[in-house]
Amino acid sequence: MSPQQPLQTGIAVRAPENLTMAAALNAAIHDAMVDDPTVVLFGEDVGPLGGVFRVTDGLYAEFGETRVSDSPLAEAGIVGTAIGMAMYGLRPVVEMQFDAFSYPAFQQIVSHVAKMRNRTRGKIQLPIVIRIPYAGDIGGVEHHSDSSEAYWTATPGLTVVSPSNPADAYSMLRGAIASDDPVIFMEPKSRYWSKASVALPVQTEPLNRAVVLRAGTDVTLIAYGPTVKTALATAEQGAAEGLSIEVIDLRSLSPFDDETVGASVRKTGRAAIVHEAAQFGGYGAEVAARLTERNFFYLAAPILRVTGFDIPYPSPKLEEYYLPTPDRILAALSTWEWS
Amino acid sequence: MSLNVENPSMTTVLPAPPLRLIDDLGRMVPQNETGGFTLPVVDTLLSLYRQMVIARRFDAQVTALTRQGRLATYPSALGQEACEIAAVAALDPQDWLFPTYRDSIALLTRGVEPKDILASFRGDWHSGYDYHTHRIAPQATPLATQALHAVGLATAAKLKRHNTVALTLLGDGATSEGDAHEAFNFAAVWQAPVVFVVQNNQFAISVPLDKQMACRTIADKAIGYGMPGYYVDGNDVAAMYVVISAAMDRARSGGGPTLIEGLTYRIEAHTNSDDPTRYRKAADVDLWRHRDPIERLEKYLVAQGALTDEVRASILAAAEELATTTRDCMTEQAVVDPLELFEHVYSTPRTALAEQRAFLAAELDGDAVASVIAREKSTR
Repeated sequence: MSPQQPLQTGIAVRAPENLTMAAALNAAIHDAMVDDPTVVLFGEDVGPLGGVFRVTDGLYAEFGETRVSDSPLAEAGIVGTAIGMAMYGLRPVVEMQFDAFSYPAFQQIVSHVAKMRNRTRGKIQLPIVIRIPYAGDIGGVEHHSDSSEAYWTATPGLTVVSPSNPADAYSMLRGAIASDDPVIFMEPKSRYWSKASVALPVQTEPLNRAVVLRAGTDVTLIAYGPTVKTALATAEQGAAEGLSIEVIDLRSLSPFDDETVGASVRKTGRAAIVHEAAQFGGYGAEVAARLTERNFFYLAAPILRVTGFDIPYPSPKLEEYYLPTPDRILAALSTWEWS
Repeated sequence: MSLNVENPSMTTVLPAPPLRLIDDLGRMVPQNETGGFTLPVVDTLLSLYRQMVIARRFDAQVTALTRQGRLATYPSALGQEACEIAAVAALDPQDWLFPTYRDSIALLTRGVEPKDILASFRGDWHSGYDYHTHRIAPQATPLATQALHAVGLATAAKLKRHNTVALTLLGDGATSEGDAHEAFNFAAVWQAPVVFVVQNNQFAISVPLDKQMACRTIADKAIGYGMPGYYVDGNDVAAMYVVISAAMDRARSGGGPTLIEGLTYRIEAHTNSDDPTRYRKAADVDLWRHRDPIERLEKYLVAQGALTDEVRASILAAAEELATTTRDCMTEQAVVDPLELFEHVYSTPRTALAEQRAFLAAELDGDAVASVIAREKSTR
């Protein structure tokens, strides 16, 4: 867990509560809206329904139609209008509902959200948060389980983050909303209902930092979002087998925290990256390449990628064969020569 | 079966002629044929005329500079001055304009300096003016994307209870894009104070309008979105001005969006790298040259006695002065700083960009290898 302290805000510190990630995200948007009247929220079903994952539950009732609104069902429209609002001094928080439903907004995100600041030499900033529930392991039908992070991390101008626990979910979403730059905020759907005791409003590590969640000496296991839990379970299982695994939660995919991850890799000499997305051209390829470029002489073995297969995300009855598991990760680590 | 075969079940309904206040020959259209719109006073028309003449001179000068290789590209708006100038003339200072790459003369008319307009076409940077001072968004290249930005900005202004209206310029081809549909729909649902001005110049690079859509007019589409649509003679600056002004008033008073189609023609090629002889007939271009927006208004103003030789001379002098300014500023060498490439991508510095900036700086000093080795050593 990242170190926690109270966030400096107008919101009073509450007693610790057992919170789901969905509730922590909800509280983050709520508190940001209380603190900053320029924060507005819109998207599909985010109004009276409170979002299909209930992340925006109660916000419409509290803040009303002018600040929380259901939009027409069109993702390019949602992101495109958010750009115009941000140009006029608002801080829009918009929802894409599901990973694969963000693709209609691809052009607006890649051609404008990412490039506006550079195009205008900083004269137009776009403080927009695009929330994207992503990844699988929820028995979702097709188009409801994609891990689309590499599309966004390959795009200069975007900040891409993904929390793995309720405290980070709150703190990172507050940080994303406060950021003057656009943030792609990727929420791991399978972790929405995971709980932790958190005293809100909480501040964890800065938005751009990775965190060592579990110290180890033999291997660095790098994970983010939904696979952090898998990596921690792997470390537990590895410990029982005499393997000391250090687990890093990246939190920020872009920028990549070379300092924290590099230090760990130089210490252990071995690293593997775990993600749900397909392997080829995936985010893990960048992680393996840059860690190798910068730390080659410290490495005892090639950096491994334990990821989804290079296939479209499978149907619910087949996803268990696709997702990286502790057994599969440990099996991959055992392919190294250990001397 | 050809995909282009005519659907025999479709009834062909010809559109009513576009709304106009001054006809091709420069005569005032009778009041009972103008849909309730009234011709602006002569002073307004004279001002519009002056702005069109100056804009055309600028456009011709920039096209010439492009042919001389001083600019990387320039999409001309020759023949479309009525739409461009009417749109800008209808704006109040607090309003925002969302232009495309073809709308440089609209920027000029709103007060942007030639050197700032042309910075992007010369290749100095992707965009080069002060957006907040002029209340003009960057010229959009991806078609129809800026229409959504206009709707968003207008909605934000409405939420803040500001008296601001957003006007966006679009082309006929752009109306086929999904973003145009989404912008029309969002605007109507949200009752955003926004005005869509579609310059139907009849070609999307080479593709004619009948390959873009099967409905009678672009303005007709407004019905489907639940907003008013106007089909206007886009070479009649008077008609464009009064219709756009009415739409601006409507938006400002809480009446929501309006879609206005100006029927016009792109006299020049799409850009300097286009060859229009491959897809349209010289006779068509000639026909539209005879419907010229400036000549038409000139005839009317001369007939009214408003455009004297003296006034005309002063307008031409102003146009020539601007052309000289434009030539001079584009003759100056562009000053670019390679290290600025890294400056504006993010509001907070990124380590990776700082490293790449250092690499480029070392490369500029002829010492890139040393910089890579230094980085390697720092991690060893």
